[in-house]
Order: sequence, then structure tokens, then C-alpha cells
Amino acid sequence: MANLDNEIKLLKDNILELMFLVKNQLEKGSKALDQFDEELAHEITANEKRVDSLELTIDRDCENLLALHNPVAVDLRFVMASFKINSDLERIGDHANSIAKYILDFGKAMDKETIQKMKVDEMYAVSLKMMSNIFNAFITEDTKLARKVFKLDKRLNEINREVSGLTTELIQEDVEQTQNYLYLFSIVRKLERVGDLTKNIAEELIFYIEAKVLKHQKMKSQNNNSSDS
Amino acid sequence: MEVKSEASGPKATRVKTEPRVNSENQTYKLRAKNIDVFYGDFQAIHDISLDIIDNSITAFIGPSGCGKSTFLRLFNRMNDYIDGFSMNGQILLEGQDIYDPSVNVEELRKKIGMVFQKPNPFPKSIFENVAYGLRIQGIKDKDFIEQRVVESLKQATLFEEVKDDLDKQALALSGGQQQRLCMARTLAVKPSVLLMDEPTSALDPISTAKIEELITELKKKYTIAIVTHNMQQAGRISDNTVFLYMGKLVEYGDTQKIFTNPEKDRTQNYITGRFG
Repeated sequence: MANLDNEIKLLKDNILELMFLVKNQLEKGSKALDQFDEELAHEITANEKRVDSLELTIDRDCENLLALHNPVAVDLRFVMASFKINSDLERIGDHANSIAKYILDFGKAMDKETIQKMKVDEMYAVSLKMMSNIFNAFITEDTKLARKVFKLDKRLNEINREVSGLTTELIQEDVEQTQNYLYLFSIVRKLERVGDLTKNIAEELIFYIEAKVLKHQKMKSQNNNSSDS
Repeated sequence: MEVKSEASGPKATRVKTEPRVNSENQTYKLRAKNIDVFYGDFQAIHDISLDIIDNSITAFIGPSGCGKSTFLRLFNRMNDYIDGFSMNGQILLEGQDIYDPSVNVEELRKKIGMVFQKPNPFPKSIFENVAYGLRIQGIKDKDFIEQRVVESLKQATLFEEVKDDLDKQALALSGGQQQRLCMARTLAVKPSVLLMDEPTSALDPISTAKIEELITELKKKYTIAIVTHNMQQAGRISDNTVFLYMGKLVEYGDTQKIFTNPEKDRTQNYITGRFG
């Protein structure tokens, strides 16, 4: 048994490391965009390999746990949740990497006023808050904290919808800035996906801790017991 | 006795588990009511009540010495032979109290067959092993006996392997074949309940798989209660699982529920291997 406990602890540590790394990737993206820091953007693309490698390690951990330890009940739910969280984190890492590539492709600082107008800074702030929530919820096994993510994701979806119309208006107003607007709109779309993936992670955490399946359920029931963040 | 929870995992929100009924027509084949069992001064079972659904497989799990085998043996009065055995409560088979003084124990055991941990064929031929129960019932009709032997061997999925060697010594068979022979011997007297006390613990994985397949097939006609130390086996073959600890019933319910989200911390700790 000690062996299974050790394996589960190892898996937990690896998931935490990946969460930390991916959150860091997003934070760096926010700074790189704000300050047009090309070095930081390159750092993100270089770290993408670490994200992928950690994902493979966690996949192998899960496979070994299932094959060698036949986990049941809470242990089985943990392995199943970890397997999906792993994939969600890797995809968040991919989005962070894509954003870094947009920054590098654009090749110059993006207009700060437009960044604010298109609410990219708010998107970053909300998605980073969501990442922090799931990070802490994973460590403390606090599902109340995990549930706060659902409301935050709703905000990201709202901004995404608003910005979609706004981008069209901005382009019509100033066609020369089209490329700038499109890059920022692409970043908004990536961060909206980050929100969806983070929400998936929160659902997996709740499945592991409470044995409740929240997937494909309406927002109202997901927010059950949750309060404002 | 209340033991402090040893849960190391998070607290899951658990729903109450109930035995699973597969169809509306199913009824309770066996009912145990407020059972206490004593061996001399030692109380092995403490006030257990549970119902076993017909045409289902009920697995009994729990650490060594928790009372699983004692409880199983109550159903065919095998404990009667143990010195100092006494009990309170009632065991009902199809509504009849099997401990009523008017009950003929031999007749009872025709209805409730048992297979043990170690295959225990008699030192006789394969044919005679299966025919044994019929012969002691006084049946002499050779054709009838032969027909029943073949039928039972087929039911136990052994016939194809031994059909040309029915006169061969049963002890020459492999462990897995011997266990299936013991099952055929039990089935020959047409019981309605099969009790199995760790029937595969002495067998290799292939033989275990065959026995498990056989048990699952037999469920269609029989009510089966099985004691097992193999958690995966309980999960694979049973409809309902009973978890006993120190002679007490901790949890009884749908196997799927017990192995994914048990109601009690102690069940979770046992099935995840954290104690026991």
C-alpha cells in the first residue's frame, strides 16, 4: 500500500509541477505582450518542450498506476482526473505558446490603448485568477475554490463575445490597424479557450474529491455552493 | 467497536448504497435477520441483517477473521459441526427458517450447495465424483445418473475436456479442472443456491478466468454468494458486495458503487488497500 501512496504522491507532485509551469507560461505571455518583451516570448516557446515532456511523464505515471496498482474508489478517481487534467494543462500550455508566437510574429509593441479597449488585460487577469484557484484547490482539495472558476469562465466568455463585435467595428474605423486588431482578437480567443480548459480542470477536481460529475451540466448547477471569487 | 477513520483521501459526498436488483421479478432468496454467532464466548458475528437477491452474485469481502466464511456457512448450516457454535437470529431460505428444528439438514444442503477454497474431489473417478450426490440420495437409475452427470459437467464447462476420460481418477485433473469438477458435483443435485468460499484462491489466472466465467453464467439459474479476498474478482463478477469488519456489517450495496464511491470511509480504506 505504501507503494500506491508513493505513486499517487508522485503523480500529484508532477501535476502540480505542470500546473505551476503552465501558469507561469501564461503570466510570462501577459508580461511579454504588455512590455513587448521578445526574450520572454522566446522563453515561453522554449519552455513548451518542458510542458510536453511533463505531459508524457504524467501519462506514463497514470498508465503505470492503472496497470500495476489497480486503483479503486478515490484512488481511481484521482488517476482518471489526473489523466484529463494533464491533457487540459498541456493544451493551456499550447495556447500560451501560440500567444507568444503571435507576439513575436507581430514584431513590435501592440498599442496599449487597444489592448485595454479589447480587454486583453482583463482576459489575462481573469484567466490567471482561474489558474490560481485550481492550483490552490488542487493542493488543498477545496472544491469551493474550484467552483469559483465557473463564474470567472462566464466572464471570459462575455468578453470574448463583446470583443468579437468590437473587432469588426475597430477594423471598419481604422483599416490600417487591421493586423493589430486581428492579433489581439486571436489572443482573446486563445484566452477564452484557456478559460474553458481551466473550467474542465475544476470539474475534474470536483469529480475526484466529491465523486460528482459536472460535465455537460448547466451553469446553475455547477455554481451550486459557490460564491463570488 | 468503532474504529477511527483511517481515510487519507478526500471526503467524498456519498450516496447511500443499496443492493442492486437486476429485474423487477427478482425477490430475496435468502434473508438473514439479526444474526449473532458465537464460538464459545467469542462473538464472531454481531447483529447482521441482510437480504440476498435471487439470480444474483453477492460477494463477501473483508479482512481475515472478519466473519465472512462464518456468515457464508450459516446458509447451509456448516457451522453446526463447529464446537461451541451458537447463534441468535433467523436465516430464511425462500421464507423458511432453515434453523427450525423441523428442517432436514441434508435436504437443505441439496438446495444450498457449497464450493470450497481448495478443490476437494473424492478419490474416485470423474464420473463417480459427479454421481456421488445422486447415489447418496438413493437414485439408482443408471441412465438418469449418466444424463445428470453429463449435464452437470457441461454446466461446469468441463465436459469437453474430460468426455473421453470419465473413468479417469479425479485427482489426476489439474487444480482448475478439479474445482470445476467440484462445481459439477454440487450442480448435479440441482441446488438453487451456490455458496463459494474463495473458490479461485488456489488457481492460476486462466483457471480463475474460467471459473469466473462459469459463475457469471450460473447466475442465470442460481443465487450465488461468494467469499473472496480478491477485490478485482469481487468487482468483476458480483452484483452486490457485502463488506464485513470484525464481525459487523459495514456496508452492503451495489458492487459498482462500492468500488467507485463507497459510503463508508472504512470500506474505502479496505478496498483501496489502506487497511486490512
